[in-house]
Order: sequence, then structure tokens, then C-alpha cells
Amino acid sequence: MCRIGAVKSKNPVQPSTALRLMLPQQEGHDNSGFAMVMQDLYGVFGLYKDKPLLSMACTQQGGRLVEEYMDAHRFVKMSEWLPVPDKRKGLNIQAMPYYIFRTYDYPENVTDPDEREALLLDTRLTLRQMLTETGEGYVYSFWPDVLMLKEVGDPMDIATYFHLWDDNGCLVAKNIIVQSRQNTNYEIIRYAAHPFFLQGYTLCANGENTFYTKNKEFQKSLHRGYIGFESDSQNFLYTLHYVLHELKWPIQYYKHVITPLPFSEIEKREDRDVLLSIRQSLSHLEINGPNAIIAGLPDGRMMTCCDSKKLRPVVVGSDGTTVAISSEVCGVNEILPDRDTSKDIYPGEREIVVIDNDLEVERWKQ
Amino acid sequence: MEAVKVQDLAIGDLPWIVEYHPRRCSLCGKCVAGCTFGAIETGMGRLPSTDGKSIRRMVIRQVASFAHACRGCGMCERVCPNDAIRPVRNPDNRRAVLSRDAGPIKRGGRANLNAPRTLDKIIIGRISQMTDPSLDAQRHTFDIRAPLGRVLSAKELPFAAEGGKLTMAKKAPPVRWIYPLIFADMSIGALSTRAWEAVAMATAYLNERCGLPVRMSSGEGGMPMKLLESEQLKYFIIQIASGHFGWNRIVKALPRMKTDPAAILIKIGQGAKPGDGGLLPAEKAAPHIRAIRGVPKATLSSPPNHQGLYSIEESVQKMHLSMNAAFGFRVPVAIKCAASSTSVAVYNNLLRDPYKICGGFFLDGIQGGTGAANEVSLDHMGHPVVSKIRDCYLAAVKNGLQGQIPLYAGGGVGLTGNAAADAFKLICLGANGVFCGKLLTQLLGCVGNEHGRCNACNTGKCPTGICTQDPRLVKRLDVDRGAQKIVDYVLAFDSELKKLMAPIGNSSLPVGRSDALVSTDKAIADKLGIQYVC
Repeated sequence: MCRIGAVKSKNPVQPSTALRLMLPQQEGHDNSGFAMVMQDLYGVFGLYKDKPLLSMACTQQGGRLVEEYMDAHRFVKMSEWLPVPDKRKGLNIQAMPYYIFRTYDYPENVTDPDEREALLLDTRLTLRQMLTETGEGYVYSFWPDVLMLKEVGDPMDIATYFHLWDDNGCLVAKNIIVQSRQNTNYEIIRYAAHPFFLQGYTLCANGENTFYTKNKEFQKSLHRGYIGFESDSQNFLYTLHYVLHELKWPIQYYKHVITPLPFSEIEKREDRDVLLSIRQSLSHLEINGPNAIIAGLPDGRMMTCCDSKKLRPVVVGSDGTTVAISSEVCGVNEILPDRDTSKDIYPGEREIVVIDNDLEVERWKQ
Repeated sequence: MEAVKVQDLAIGDLPWIVEYHPRRCSLCGKCVAGCTFGAIETGMGRLPSTDGKSIRRMVIRQVASFAHACRGCGMCERVCPNDAIRPVRNPDNRRAVLSRDAGPIKRGGRANLNAPRTLDKIIIGRISQMTDPSLDAQRHTFDIRAPLGRVLSAKELPFAAEGGKLTMAKKAPPVRWIYPLIFADMSIGALSTRAWEAVAMATAYLNERCGLPVRMSSGEGGMPMKLLESEQLKYFIIQIASGHFGWNRIVKALPRMKTDPAAILIKIGQGAKPGDGGLLPAEKAAPHIRAIRGVPKATLSSPPNHQGLYSIEESVQKMHLSMNAAFGFRVPVAIKCAASSTSVAVYNNLLRDPYKICGGFFLDGIQGGTGAANEVSLDHMGHPVVSKIRDCYLAAVKNGLQGQIPLYAGGGVGLTGNAAADAFKLICLGANGVFCGKLLTQLLGCVGNEHGRCNACNTGKCPTGICTQDPRLVKRLDVDRGAQKIVDYVLAFDSELKKLMAPIGNSSLPVGRSDALVSTDKAIADKLGIQYVC
């Protein structure tokens, strides 16, 4: 079981907070990798919140390919942060030669917001394909105010390598979604680690998606951005994106899609026509199996829910300034030791919990 | 030398030889009275006596005639109090060569060539072990339902958002969520009225007492007026086939229907005899059957096509639209086709139909049964259903349209008695549900099988009272016990489905979950796109 976590704070926090959330939960394979998505950035990227930020790991040749492509497609480089790694011996990390975090301005002829969204996605997909074909690197995200890091190795060592323990104020954000292992079910590749990201939507899922094949077969035809499928948890992100971004349904319907109510319960509901229609039209997006999900939305809100049998745990704790969501409460205890634990939320199997940017918690029962 | 007339038919030419032990026989006559085919008769014979001579006495003799050939039904054995008589299969019989004097061989039942079943070479090999927990078949709840009706894509749903809630802004096509096992179309006429009634009773019981929304197809032979005007009509799928038999009464009953039927099923073809229409031999066109169908005493051969339909567009416009309109667009209209090399083309066309009014695609494979057909069709024509269902599903996947027209697979489901395993595998390959007919008659007491036993459904002489209109024979069928047998089987089917779903960690039907299946046959694995294992 993967342990997943998220921190959402009124005051920007550094990655060490996310690491401290995760490390107490470590068990089994939970030291095989580290991945995080930071959103609503401060620090070195605080001045460029409206500019798309490219997060990638690559070779020198990969960096050159990307630079040439971006120049050729009239993206204007705005700022860049290249971590200076701590290359001390003995660190358990399978590092890439270069990590590039770079903001760009949009090509001047692209001004329409929808066009810009599409352009960012298409650019990332092209860069990803280019780097995959040449074997020269990985591109994780290309989106305004979002930074993404994924690496294989021991999370403590990865943090040392990137100076994340130093709290040096470079990488700071109000929202961080994090996980500290690789996907150990299948091949260990960087793209297979949560969180997954698409057009402002970030998602970690702890569990097994036994409907992976049917989810995948359906999603492949729904959107050009639904690619990869290196992990059976990517399906959760794509469904979230499809329900909110493509169908533009209210967020509580995400739960109705992935874990629909039993027919016997739907029959008793006033909105049964809507719920039945959803269930039949999106039956190939249902998940079946043990899962807990933590997601970040483009507007900064965070969401968590779990499978319909509540086979996997998740807890939400808050001290009023910071909300932590985590697979196990020991992680929350580590970063929010003084909170009122009686107000911790353990979402039920039919519940969806959303934390807004004022840290107000909304709970919908399915 | 004795003169031998080799052109004369001998008992040894028949497919079944009646083995008779005169010394055990008390000459009660039950076997002769019980044989509906006239395959045995009484006569004088000579038996050896204890003093080395012989005595003349009455014996039971088999009739050397194809018209009266023993069908192996075993009714004689059943009624004999002394174990004196039984049919024995004759591997050296010459039936196939000699019995075409009156034209093509006709019979009922399923294909008898016994090709190996694909389904038996597929196993459920994806078991939840450690990475995810198996469910508990006895304690967890399962949502075993299948859609029947045209499903829209999510983007086509007529939703409006009001205050963070979705509402239906317009009507969407009707979709029923039913049990994934449909009682297939066997008409009143093909079945005795009592046998049809037994299946109907089982259907109602499963719905009203067991909570399983099983649906039964009427077959092409109309329905009793009382049923058409009852609340129970909602459990029935009314079939319209190329002969349109029974529809005069159905249309007249429309204004008096208290509820809508579950669906309308347009029968285009049948797996057991593809390209042929329905066939009700004159022997079975009894007065009550003629009344329901509105026909004279004659062999009722439905045409191979719905007349006037010369293209799939025609079919969609005329048949689907008129059927949809007749029931106020409140009732799903589905079609049933014989599986064929062309099935994917048909399914693609239906999926792309701009009216979006085809509510289900029933694909019937070569191992399906029938009440009457030419044997040459039964044994040599048709298409296996397994790969065709898979092909159709994958064609829909390719276009992102999977699930929009529910797929139902039939034709040999439950042929080995294990319908739940068959259904589960077909569902994993992409079917939403299955339908079966022959299995139901076997549960009622039919002794026919795929090795040439009985299969006399076309003769009007069904020895079990199931496929005949002869009132004396129909009396052999105990309707209540027959219905109970079907109910018990479906309840076991339901438990077995759960037993298969739980270990793969699913509480709802794994439609298209091909990753759950493996095959020890490489060719089958490759064809179906599932894992090859050895």
C-alpha cells in the first residue's frame, strides 16, 4: 500500500514539511522514491505565478532538445531554477544529470485562455514524446504556478540531494501533494510514481484499481492527454480531469462516477435519473478495489475520498493554519502535533471531502 | 444361401438401438405406451426355454424405420419397472447417409458436431493476492446488474447544473438495469403453453420473491392476453421476428397495457440456424397456437428477413423507430443477430446510428439451440460467439463507444451446465450479459443433448411435454416443479457469479475486464487479447 499525503496551508511551507508528513508512515517499499507537486508557489517562483513552469529531469542533450523546441515554438524564457545537488557519496538516489525548473512566457500570438491551456498540454506531450524517444529525460509538468519533482531512491537521501532539508526558501508553496515510493507493482520508472498531473489537476491514489484495463481502454479515447498508464492509479486523475474539466460537473459527482451507489440505493433517491445516467454512461470509469485518493484542483482546493468499501485509510487534520491529509495519522501528528485531534476527519466510504483556500472543509455524502 | 435384402433398413442402421431383456420383461406395456415416437411395438417372438427348445411369447420390438426411429430419450427405461429396456447409442448407424429420402433432415436442439468450446479453454487467472484483497462472496454486497437500452456518452447526457446539482433537462433514451441472465426467446408454439408458463412463472418468482430482475423474452409467438394486460408484463421482452407472429394481438393489447414491457427484441437471426427464419412445423401448430399467432394449420416458416428491409439504415429507421414510437420511446428496442463474420460491421453501424435508438445487440452463436431447423444449418452454419463478442467490444473500444449499445451473448451459454462460468468469461470479454434458452428446457426436464439424444423438438412428439402441443404429452410436465428447478438454478448461478467476482476483487460486473482471464491455448489467447499461460 502506498502512503500518500498533502499539506495545504495559509502560510507557504517548504518541502521538508511534506517529507516530515510522510516519513513516519514509511513501511515496506515506502522508501523507494519521492515525488511531489507544489502549487501556489512562493520563493524563487513567486513572481511568475501566471507563467507556465516547466519541470523536467534530463541529460544535457535532453536539455538542449527542449530548449531548441521551446525557442522554435516562440516560448520566451522568463526565469530558471537549477538545483545544485549535494553529490555526497552513499546517497540512495538514481539521479538524472540535470533538473530544470523554468518559467516561460506564452508565445505572443497565443492569448486566448483556452488556447493557452491546450498549448501547454500539447507542448508537454510533445516534449515527453521527444525525450522518451531519445531516452534523454522526463518532463513532468508544464503549467503556471505548479512545480513537480519525481525521483527514484530513498526519500531522505533524495531530499538531501536537493537540499530540501535546508529550508532555504527556494521552493515554497501553499499546497504540496506528496508520495514517497515508486510504483513497485510494475516496472520502476519515474512516470509511474504518484502524484500524476494534468492541466492543473494533481492526484495521488493509494491502492489497486482492479478496473484498470477497462478504465484505460475507455480513457484512451476520451482525451489526448490521457496517456502513459504506467500506473493503475493514473486512471483516477484522468477521470477527475474528465468529470471536472471536460464535463464540467460539480466535484461531488466525481465520487458518483468512480464509486457509484448500488442500484438499490439509487432507486430510492430523488435524483435517481441523474445518478443512473451517470452510472450507465461512465460505467467504464468505475473503480473497484481498495483505494484512497488525494487530489489538488486548479483553483487550489484539495479533495480526498476513498473506495466504496473503505478498504484503504485516509485522515484529514488541521490546526487552523495548515491542513494535512495523509494515509496514516502518525504523519499528521508529526507536522500538526498541537491540533485538536477530535476534529480529525476520517472520510467515510460514501464521502468526498474538499478543503478550500480558506481551509474551510466541505463534506458531501454521496 | 439366405437371400439378404441390403436395401432394407435394419435396426443396426438406426442411431439408437433399443436393448431389451425379454426375461426381465413382465409385458406391462408401459414402455410402448410411453414412447412418443412409436419406436417400439409389441409382437410375437421366440425365446429359448429351459428344456433346450424355444417358446413363442409376446416381446417388445424396435421398429426399423427412420420415421419411427428411437431418439434415445430413455422414456422406456424411465417407466420400465424391471430394468428390461433401454436405448443404446449406435456408433455404426447410417442415419446421416440414409435418412434424407423426404428431404433435408430436420430436428431441434443444438449443433451435434461437438467442436471444442473456447470457453472451456479460458480460466479466470487474475486472483487478488496480497496487492489487493479478495472480497467475501458470502458477506460483501454485489451489484450484479446489466444495462438494456441505448446508453448515451457522458457528453450527450441532457444535464443542466443548478446550484451545484445536476438535473435532467430533457428525456434520455430508456435504459433498464436488469439481471445479466436473460431467458432467451422460445415461443409459445416452440414450447408447449405449459412449458412457456413454467419459464414465465420462474421469471416472476425470481423478480418478486428473490429480488433478481431476470427478464424473459417472449419468442416469436405472441403472449397470452392476460399477461399482456398484467403488471408482470414489465418482466418480459417482447420479440418481433420476421413472421411477426402474435403481433396482431400485441398491438391490440397496447391501449390496455398497465405497464411497459422490459424491452422489444427485433430478431434478425438466430445462431442455431443463421439465415433461416423461425420454423414451426404443422405438427405443432395446434388450435390455441394458431389462435395466438393468427394463422391457419400449416407449417409456419418465417422468412429469413424482415420483409421490406433491404439495408441496415432501413432496418434502423423502420423497425427501431416504429417500435420505439409504438411504446412512446419509453421501452428499449434491441436486436438479436446470428453471430457472423459481419457482426462487427453491424455493430459499428448501430453504434454510429444518428438516432441512437438501438438499445442492445444480442449476438447468438453457433452452439445455440432451436425448436426446429435443418440439421445442415444446425451443424454446419453459424459462428462461434466468444471471439465475435470480443471483436464487437474491441471495435467499440477503438471508437470510444464501449457500453453505449449493451452487448448480450448467447448460443451455448450453459451448454456444459456451468452457465455462471460461461457468463462470467463472456462478461470479462466485453458482454454486458448473456441469454440462454436450451438450458431452461433442460431444467424443465428436456433430455436432449449435443450427442444426438432426442432433439425431436420439431416433431410435436417431445417425450417430456416441453416442445409439443399434444395435451397428453404436456401432462408429463409438472409446471411448478419445472419452474422451481429454474429458480433454484438461477439462485445458484447468482451465488456462483459472486464466487467468481469476489476473488478478482469486484463487487460490480467486470465488463471488459479481459485482464481477469487467461488461456492455456496460445491461439485463443492471441485472438482474444488475453494472457497466455502454461
